[in-house]
Amino acid sequence: MLEIKNVTICYQDCPAVKNFSMTVEQGKIAALAGESGSGKTTVIRAVLGLLASGGRVTEGDILFEGKSLLKNTPGQWRKLRGTAIAMIFQDSGAMLNPTRKIGAVFVEYIRTHEKISRADAWKKGAAMLERMRLPGGDTIMNAYPFQLSGGMRQRVGIAMAMAFRPRLLLADEPTSALDVTAQAQIVRQMMELREEYGTSIVLVTHNLGAAAYMSDWIVVMKDGGIAGSGNRNEILSGNSGGYIQKLLDAVPTLGGARYV
Amino acid sequence: MFDEKDLILEAKHVTRRFPAPGGRKLTACNDVSLHFYRGRTLGLTGESGCGKSTFLRLLVRLDAPTEGEILFHGMDLTKLRGEELRQTRQQIQMVFQDPGGSFNPRMKIRDIICEPLLNFGRIRPSEKDAAARKYLEAVDLPADFADRFPHSLSGGEQQRAAIARAIALEPEIIVMDEATSALDVSVQKTIIELICKLQREKNVSIGFVSHDLGLLQSFAHQIAVMYLGSIVEILPGTDVKKARHPYTQALLDAVFDIKMDFAKKIQPIDGEIPSSLDLPPGCPFHPRCRYCAGICRRERPALIAAGPGHKTACHLFGGASW
Repeated sequence: MLEIKNVTICYQDCPAVKNFSMTVEQGKIAALAGESGSGKTTVIRAVLGLLASGGRVTEGDILFEGKSLLKNTPGQWRKLRGTAIAMIFQDSGAMLNPTRKIGAVFVEYIRTHEKISRADAWKKGAAMLERMRLPGGDTIMNAYPFQLSGGMRQRVGIAMAMAFRPRLLLADEPTSALDVTAQAQIVRQMMELREEYGTSIVLVTHNLGAAAYMSDWIVVMKDGGIAGSGNRNEILSGNSGGYIQKLLDAVPTLGGARYV
Repeated sequence: MFDEKDLILEAKHVTRRFPAPGGRKLTACNDVSLHFYRGRTLGLTGESGCGKSTFLRLLVRLDAPTEGEILFHGMDLTKLRGEELRQTRQQIQMVFQDPGGSFNPRMKIRDIICEPLLNFGRIRPSEKDAAARKYLEAVDLPADFADRFPHSLSGGEQQRAAIARAIALEPEIIVMDEATSALDVSVQKTIIELICKLQREKNVSIGFVSHDLGLLQSFAHQIAVMYLGSIVEILPGTDVKKARHPYTQALLDAVFDIKMDFAKKIQPIDGEIPSSLDLPPGCPFHPRCRYCAGICRRERPALIAAGPGHKTACHLFGGASW
């Protein structure tokens, strides 16, 4: 359903991603793994047309359900974003307005995309929060972002992203700001989304362990290009090149290498 | 493995309570007793908000405990004041989670590394350049980084510079608060290797806080698991798989590594760590524990030996014969 074909993305005249291709099929989870600065975030930002200022796709094409995303007018983007393609950010707390309650932001978000009364939007939001295992939807709707823990804020971000059951969900390091227990909860949540709604997910992460657990397909990026790709077994077997092996060695494993 | 004569720092029944609105008390650390040995690493783990960082701040005397003693070579740090306290600070140094935030952005790396040395009169200002070079090389950074400002270093390089500042005074103990959690896994690995190398060279004792049990078990000699301000289990770093406390097992289940069984469904413990305001009686973990029994709601379990270098605070193992 998503096809990224030989794209090159430049900031000013400096290419950040070179000749990158990947496809994501309906109901599959694909992971983009790699170190900081390898271009992972640039790729998924390009999919949603959200490249930071000066960023452009100079070559190649990005197709969503067969249609090119690159020639979209602002009106077409408005129809896609939030409803067909949604995104979860690394720190959902930064996405939420700190001076407004969750409910106010969520209701506004729902009413931007759908003709619905305030009261109904509130109910829809609260129900969505409870679905994401947040206890007491109304209590959360009445809370300010600072009153919630990091894991809870991340779940609010997922609830907002999933409010319109998008067909494609882009997740930019959704767990790297969280501790291990919250990370495991969010990972389970995202896998349940796929089972429940059949959503395709593109996951950006530097944690190969979590990527391997969740994804059907893993692409490892290095310096804006592809260092290797494959399914979990192909990547973990380490046959795909020295760089991937180096990344694998860096993941701490239980009962694995000890440095002392 | 742990020789009593190598004991450097000992926390004895340390409790820290903060006043909260409405006359209530927030208990961040509750009766924590831990030992730091020369040349050994103590890993401290637990969820966000369990009091790990508060405990480290007590050790470096950025904060004072409400009850309990912190003994440094038998001398109680909590009773020291003024110049005496300032002199002991040379022996206990700290590395923070966000290296960028712990530097003055207007100071050059040379001044950052040499500031503690100048404060304690260890070097003259004319020797700054040589000292900065020496410590930058010790942490595997190019010596000409001394002329740079912190913002022109990457996250991993900044953390190395922060470590250089911490070792400059040749302390006996360095405590590190989530020193690698802001970094990539590959950079994290190089920082851990650096820490282990420095520990071997200088025989320094390290206290390392992290929420990643998988990371801690790769280099810590003993691991303490903290929950809601209490230590619930102390494990030898070599076999975390022997963990018995239900909370430690839940933490182990939450680690994603590349050798795990991918068919296994993850079963993270639900919910959040409860509020530390007005701690409930009984075991701190009982509201989330799947083995919770009557006694767990009434009595707080004590840390009981469960094996060599292994202690567990859980009523399930109260009658163990160790």
